[in-house]
Amino acid sequence: MTLDQIIKELQLEILTAPQEISEIKPTSGYISDMLSCVMTGAKSHSIWVTLQSHNNIVAVACLLDVAAIIITEGAKPDDETIQKARDEGVILLATPLNSFHVVGKLWELGLRD
Amino acid sequence: MRDLDFSNQPPRFKGKVITDQLAGSITRVEELAYIIRINEVMTKTLITISPDAPMSAVVDLLREKRISGILVTENDKLVGLISTEDLIKCLINGELAVPVRNYMTTDLITLNSFDFLTEALKTFARTGLGRLPVIDENKQLVGIITKGDITYGFLRALEHDYHEEEVRRYRASHLFEDIESDRTSLILRYNIKHYDFMHGGAASSNIKKALLRLGANPQLARRVGIAVYEAEMNLIIHADRGGSIHVEIEPHQISIYAWDDGPGIADINLAMKPGYSTATEEIRELGFGAGMGLFNISRCVDDMKLESEIGKGTQLNMKVFLKEDESVGEGYQTEKE
Repeated sequence: MTLDQIIKELQLEILTAPQEISEIKPTSGYISDMLSCVMTGAKSHSIWVTLQSHNNIVAVACLLDVAAIIITEGAKPDDETIQKARDEGVILLATPLNSFHVVGKLWELGLRD
Repeated sequence: MRDLDFSNQPPRFKGKVITDQLAGSITRVEELAYIIRINEVMTKTLITISPDAPMSAVVDLLREKRISGILVTENDKLVGLISTEDLIKCLINGELAVPVRNYMTTDLITLNSFDFLTEALKTFARTGLGRLPVIDENKQLVGIITKGDITYGFLRALEHDYHEEEVRRYRASHLFEDIESDRTSLILRYNIKHYDFMHGGAASSNIKKALLRLGANPQLARRVGIAVYEAEMNLIIHADRGGSIHVEIEPHQISIYAWDDGPGIADINLAMKPGYSTATEEIRELGFGAGMGLFNISRCVDDMKLESEIGKGTQLNMKVFLKEDESVGEGYQTEKE
């Protein structure tokens, strides 16, 4: 399952996509709004689902080599965060859905690690 | 190759003010079209023919030189161009004995040798021609250029870019090899400001990047990055007078020192416990203060020492020992690849 298929199925809004999204294949997922938990739990190349939208999520994603961040419940990062994500090559996606529903759909699509 | 053929696409930046953001999306090839000059990629060895030569000589030359067009010159002056298309017309008429003059194209479009490739691309797109003669500032014929020459020029330039980057990476990954001392190390220093969430993670990102450049394997860079991130965020959240992080990189170990002269930790054992945090509600709302920071650090480093005194400050020393095949700055990764 490639990232562009996930974006299509979940109708996600693309905030930044500095890399070729059809070539990215997320291998696992993680959900938490506590950054240190993400540091502990998220594997590299995973999709991280959170409702945090401030600029530190970019730093975390960058350190962990996260495949993409899905920001839920309609939360929108500010312009500086978006720019930082673009600079660091971090993919930011947004959705009005809540985290529970996003993870449910990802699970249905076969992302179960 | 799709990217190289932008001659037929509408110019993306025409009439637009080039902002920094837009400039960031200009491809390297588009940039190169404004850097490389026509005389750098054109074919300079000119194969010419006289207008009085028979068309059969054109057949021989095209076959022999494996080209698709020949410049026609008379007394060193360019008078026309004869291509395979002209030859086909001639063959249909069965007139191989007639002079080149009868079939050559005389309505010539030329390019200036000192112009940038973008001019050549535009002219190719406008005229649909396959090759164009190139003249210098004195209107003297100096070369011929095809779309193939331009593509080849781009590829050569991109290869050069790639090679330079490789050399830079190679040099960094061998940093320690040729420096002789009893003990060589590289120290990276970062000052961290209290409540500077805006730059939170900047030091750790930079350290991770530096390690990768020095040839560290990605897992090691990630481990050190996480440890430094947690230390960095602790300083941002708790060190009310700011703090410092020094990372000393040696080929076989990385030592990280984070210290501040802030409020200090009352009970270190309690602070080390997963889930324990003294962060305020406001900070927890940002997703910090999970009480996992010091615990995360202990998982990522091989050795950790935390000392603190109330009202005096806190010092956190961490060490990561590198295995033989993980060493940084000694070219291990590069050679393995």
